[in-house]
Amino acid sequence: MKIIKVLGTGCANCRNTLQLIDEVARAKGIEIQLEKIEDLQQIMSHGVMSTPGVLIDGKVVHAGGVPARAKVESWF
Amino acid sequence: MNTLTDTDNMPRRPPWGWLVLGFAAWVAAYASLSPFADSAIAALGLTRQTHLGEAVHFFFYDTPKVLLLLTGIVFLMGVVHTFVSPERTRAMLSGKRLGVGNVMAASLGIVTPFCSCSAVPLFIGFLSAGVPLGVTFSFLISAPMVNEVALALLFAMFGWKVAGLYLALGLTVAIVAGMVIGRLNMERYLEEWVRAMQASQSVDYAGETLHWAERIDAGVAHVKDIVGKVWPYILAGIGVGAAIHGYVPEDFMASIMGKDAPWWSVPAAVLIGVPMYSNAAGIIPIVEALIGKGAALGTVLAFMMSVIALSLPEMIILRKVLKLPLIATFAGVVAFGILIVGYVFNLVL
Repeated sequence: MKIIKVLGTGCANCRNTLQLIDEVARAKGIEIQLEKIEDLQQIMSHGVMSTPGVLIDGKVVHAGGVPARAKVESWF
Repeated sequence: MNTLTDTDNMPRRPPWGWLVLGFAAWVAAYASLSPFADSAIAALGLTRQTHLGEAVHFFFYDTPKVLLLLTGIVFLMGVVHTFVSPERTRAMLSGKRLGVGNVMAASLGIVTPFCSCSAVPLFIGFLSAGVPLGVTFSFLISAPMVNEVALALLFAMFGWKVAGLYLALGLTVAIVAGMVIGRLNMERYLEEWVRAMQASQSVDYAGETLHWAERIDAGVAHVKDIVGKVWPYILAGIGVGAAIHGYVPEDFMASIMGKDAPWWSVPAAVLIGVPMYSNAAGIIPIVEALIGKGAALGTVLAFMMSVIALSLPEMIILRKVLKLPLIATFAGVVAFGILIVGYVFNLVL
C-alpha cells in the first residue's frame, strides 16, 4: 500500500489535490493511505516551497499547484 | 487528453496546430473590436451621439478588448511559469549579495509563479537556502504587486505608458525596500524556529523536466484559472465605468483625489488601502471608476499598490515567522516607497 501525503497550509488548491488523488485511486481500485500535512516546519523539512506538494512513500513527486489528472494517474 | 492509453514515456506531440489557430483567432478578434462594438449598438438601435449609446459602445468595446489582452498575457505567463519554478529562482538567488540580489529577486518576482497562500513557505524556503533576508523581501514585495494580471489590465485600460510606469516603479519599490530591510540587519527578529531552519540544510526537490505539450497545457490551465476567476470583476468594473460615463460629473473625485487635492490625499489613499485586501483584478474596477471621475493617477496607483502589497491578513500570516518589529519595518518601508511613487506619478503625468 502506498502512503501518500499532501503538503499544504490549507488553501483551496491543497484540498483539491487531496480530493483528486482520492478520486483517481478509487477509480483505479488502488488502496492508499492518504494524509495531509499542514505543519509548516514539516512541510519545509521536505524542501517543498510551493504548496501543495505531494509525497509518495517519503519522496516528493510534485510541488506547486494542483497536479494534472494524467500525472496523478501515472503515480499508480 | 490521452491518459489511460499513454502508458509509455513517449512525450505527447505538442498541439502546435491548435496554438497557431488560436493565435490567428486572437489576432482576428483583436482587429475587429471596433466594428464589433459598432454593430452591437447598431443592433440595439442606438447611436454614439446619445449618452446611452456611448456608454453601451464603451462597454462592448472595452470588455472584449480587456479580456483578449488578459487571456493572451496570462497564457504566455502560464507557459513562462513552467520554466521558472520557485525552486529554480531560489537556487539563482542563493548567496547573492545585497544590491545585485535585490534587482534579480524583484525581477524574478514578476515571472515566478506565486500564490499568496504559499508566501510563508516560500519565505522560509528562500532563507533556508541562504538567500539574504533583504533579497527575500524584494521577491516577496515584487511577486504579488508586479504581476501579469495587474500589468495586463493597466495596459488594456490605460495604455502602455501607465503599465510601464507601474512596472518600473513597482520594481523600484521592491528593490529599494528590500535593500533597506537588508541594511537594517534584522535577522534577530525572525522567529526562533525559522532561524534554526536557516542554519540547517534542507533537502532539495529538483523539480522535473517538462515537454512542450505540458507547457502549453500549463498555459491553458493558467488561463482557465485566472481569467475564469477574474472576468466577473472586469465586467463589473467596465460596467460601472460605462454606467457612470456621462452621468456622474467628470471632476467628481477631483477635489479630494485630483491633482490639485491637498498633499495628504496620497498618504490617505495608502492608509485606506492597507485594511483592504484584494488581488490586482479585484481592485481594477475601483481604479477605473476613480480615474474616470478625475482622481489623479498617482494617488490611485498608490492606493492600488497599497491594497495589493500591504494587507492585514498577509501580515497576520507573516507573524508566524516574523516578530513584530520586522513586520512593522516591512510595512513602514513599503508604505513609504508607495507614497513616493504616488507623488512622482502625480508630478510626472
